[in-house]
Amino acid sequence: MIFLITVLLILLLMVGAAIYAIVQKDLLFAVIASGVISLILSILFLILQAPDVALTEAAIGVALTTIIFIITIRNTVRYEDERNKKKKQKNVKKLAK
Amino acid sequence: MSIMEIIGSFLVIVGSIFLFLGALGIYRMPDLYSRLQAGTKATTLGAMSVILGVGFWEPDWFLKLLVLVVFIGYSNPLSSHAMARAMFKKKIFPWTKEGGVDAYKEVIEPTGEKQES
Amino acid sequence: MEYIIYFALSIMAVALVFVAIRFIKGPTTGDRVIALDTLTTLGVSGIVLASYLFHRFIYLDVALVYGVLGFIGVIVIARYLEGAL
Repeated sequence: MIFLITVLLILLLMVGAAIYAIVQKDLLFAVIASGVISLILSILFLILQAPDVALTEAAIGVALTTIIFIITIRNTVRYEDERNKKKKQKNVKKLAK
Repeated sequence: MSIMEIIGSFLVIVGSIFLFLGALGIYRMPDLYSRLQAGTKATTLGAMSVILGVGFWEPDWFLKLLVLVVFIGYSNPLSSHAMARAMFKKKIFPWTKEGGVDAYKEVIEPTGEKQES
Repeated sequence: MEYIIYFALSIMAVALVFVAIRFIKGPTTGDRVIALDTLTTLGVSGIVLASYLFHRFIYLDVALVYGVLGFIGVIVIARYLEGAL
C-alpha cells in the first residue's frame, strides 16, 4: 500500500516537473527540470523490473543531456524571448534608417 | 533476529530520519548557503547510513555497497563546493548580522552581473 | 524487516514533497540545483532499499551509475554560471 502511494507520488512529481519545464521562460531551469524527469523515469523503469533500460536512462539522462543542453544555452541565449527582442530592435533600426 | 540485523535496522532508521531532516532544512532555511549546508551534509550522512544498513542486512552485497558509499562521499561535497563558489561569483552574499565580517569577499573579487531570478 | 523498509520509504516520500516544494519555489538558480542534487541522493537511497525489497543484486548497478555520474550535471551548471565553461 505504501509502495503504491510512493509510486503515485513519484508519477505526480514527474508530470509536475514536465509541465514546469514547458511553462518556464528561463531555459536553464527547464534543463534542471529535465534532469528531474530523467531521474524519476529511471526509478520507474527500475520498479517495472527493467534494470538495463534504467541503467541506460540514468547514464544518458543525467550526464549527456545536461551537458549538451548547457553547451547549447552557452552558445545561444538563456531567456526564451530574448532573441525575439533582438530581432525586433534590428527591424526598428532598419525602419528608422 | 541476529545481531547483524539489529545493527542494520538501527542504521536504516537513523539514516532515513537524517534524510528527512535534510529535506526539512532545504524547505525551512532562510538563506541559500544555509540551504546548501542542510541539503548536502545531512543528506550525505543519511544516504551513507542507509546504504551501510542494507549492507549489514545482506553481507554478500557489502563490497559493492562500500564502493557506493565511497562514491557518494566524494561526489556530494564536490558538487556542493562548486555550486557555492559559482553562486558567490554571481554576487549573492551570505546572510550576516549588522557589521558582520565576510572574509571570503575580500579574497575573491566577484565578477559577473547580479542574478535576477 | 519489511516494516522498517516501508517506514524508511514513507519518510523519504515526505522528504520528496519538501524538496519538490523548494524546487518550484526557490528564488535563485542555486536553490533549484541543490534540490536536484538532494533528489539524486534520495533516489540512490531509494534504489538501494528497493533492490533489497526485490532481492535482486543487479539493481545496485543503477544506484552505482547514479553515484558516479550524478554530480557531473551540477558541476557543468556551476561552471556555466561562473562563465568558465
